[in-house]
Amino acid sequence: MAKTLAEKILTAKSGTDAKAGDIVIAHVDLVFVQDTGGPLTVKQFKESGFRKIAEPQNTVIFLDHAAPSPARQLSNDHVLLRRFARESGCCIYEIGDGVCHQLVAERFAKPGDIIVGSDSHTVTAGALAAFATGMGSSDVAVVLALGKTWFRVPETFFVNLKGTFSKGVYAKDLILYLIGQIGADGATYKALEFGGEALAHITVSQRLTIANMAVEAGAKVGLFPSDEATQEFLTAQGRSDSYRPLYPDTDAHYERVISLNIAELEPMVSFPHWVDNAFPVGKAKGIKIQQVFIGTCTNGRLEDLAVAANILQGKKRSSGTRLLVAPASRQVLAQAIDNGYIKSLIEAGATILPPGCAACLGLHQGVLGDGEVCLSTANRNFKGRMGNPEAMIYLASPATAAASALRGEITDPREIL
Amino acid sequence: MPDIILKGKAIKFGDNISTDLIIPGKYAHLRSNLPELARHVMEDVDPAFVSRAKPGDFLVAGKNFGLGSSREHAPVVIKMAGISAILAKSVARIFFRNAINQGMPVLLCDTDRVSDDDELEIDLARGIVTDLTSGAKLSCGKLLPLMSAILEEGGLIPYIQKHKGFVIEEH
Repeated sequence: MAKTLAEKILTAKSGTDAKAGDIVIAHVDLVFVQDTGGPLTVKQFKESGFRKIAEPQNTVIFLDHAAPSPARQLSNDHVLLRRFARESGCCIYEIGDGVCHQLVAERFAKPGDIIVGSDSHTVTAGALAAFATGMGSSDVAVVLALGKTWFRVPETFFVNLKGTFSKGVYAKDLILYLIGQIGADGATYKALEFGGEALAHITVSQRLTIANMAVEAGAKVGLFPSDEATQEFLTAQGRSDSYRPLYPDTDAHYERVISLNIAELEPMVSFPHWVDNAFPVGKAKGIKIQQVFIGTCTNGRLEDLAVAANILQGKKRSSGTRLLVAPASRQVLAQAIDNGYIKSLIEAGATILPPGCAACLGLHQGVLGDGEVCLSTANRNFKGRMGNPEAMIYLASPATAAASALRGEITDPREIL
Repeated sequence: MPDIILKGKAIKFGDNISTDLIIPGKYAHLRSNLPELARHVMEDVDPAFVSRAKPGDFLVAGKNFGLGSSREHAPVVIKMAGISAILAKSVARIFFRNAINQGMPVLLCDTDRVSDDDELEIDLARGIVTDLTSGAKLSCGKLLPLMSAILEEGGLIPYIQKHKGFVIEEH
């Protein structure tokens, strides 16, 4: 029977003929925890009487959410995770190495893999045709112990993309638009699979942005096929051996097909406090902002910093607007320095934060004040997300964020580009 | 699922209650101190929630409850507040798995028919919620057999300790 990407991967990894609706047990190729979900995972692993992790070589700990730690308790959580890495023989990435999802994309994810992480944005690796999904501490503790877990094979929504982006419009605008259309629960329990002729012009960096936010529509995974762009990316990362082509069958069964001409998209902004509260930037024009945050697993890659640096080069941020920039990884930071982006950003008045989650989830590095408004390139604007329920968060692309930093108010980047 | 009847009062919330509202990231430093963390559950939606919730009460929500992060601390602290089951029109995927993995029953039903403070009786095996205050009877969606088995064991860890792996029934 013809299969979707999700069905193909789950078939290969479960050794069964996986069809939407089936329950399968599948081998997990990579399992990881980060520093806010990790401590509970380790506690559950130990309290369960598990002694050894099944596949230390395929197990990674990332210290990225509190990086570096702003509080004694979080420092102690880091101590616990470092000790667990030593005892178990698994791999650990330190504070400053970058956001787990970016490092998974740069160093680990392969087309056809199953990846489980203790973080909802684990879906990011779907950009490389990996069936990657977030789970909680109990599920991850069991994957650590057994090297496998259970899945309900998801039905798939196929998003058929055609056209090319207009000037000032990026992958972030596409995914905000899509989530606005289908809603924050529009794809709950489903796989979102992206395809169509537009993919030829959508880079892996952009695919990572799109897959990253699949969970904001409730999806279990956000999958792209593995094609020439995937091969190029893996080769550039020194991982050409990891490449293999992977496509859905042409007559696969999709529960729903959503067709989108991306040439018709405009820059988008998600209004507080919901990601699916998304509108063309015109509706937000003129809203005063006290902070702009460019970074995260959604939009902290080299291409994102290039777009922002290009807009800000030789100019200054508005005096009333702080500009925070967090590269998604050490590699991104180093390349952004080499390419001169960091210099442009610093001269424009940006504060460069260490590679990591930074201000995204409200535990350090840019917590908002009461009544303050932030324009962020992250993936969530839930009430309280950036550490203060009395603050407002708008989401947009790095271009919209950079243009808005110049004027101190939400600005259509097409007015500046 | 053995015959279990739960009784308690409904504490009602609206749609789209995110994990950032259930237990915000600003308390990440308390995640290894669960009793302290639990004092803050739902405080940005209803500061009185912790004092209001009595052992056995039900958290009744609208659609897409628990959207957002994978933090299992969310169902953990709801449980620590005394909540014995969550009722909602729909529940986000990761939260759903996490709650069941913590042994917390999740019942999907038309929660518009339940009002705040109503006395409820839940027949877990049959998936029937009776609102003793209004007399309404709600039937709930069925769990997958595997999730039902995990719930029956009190959560994922006890389930794995007992079965040494996952047992999938042919269906």
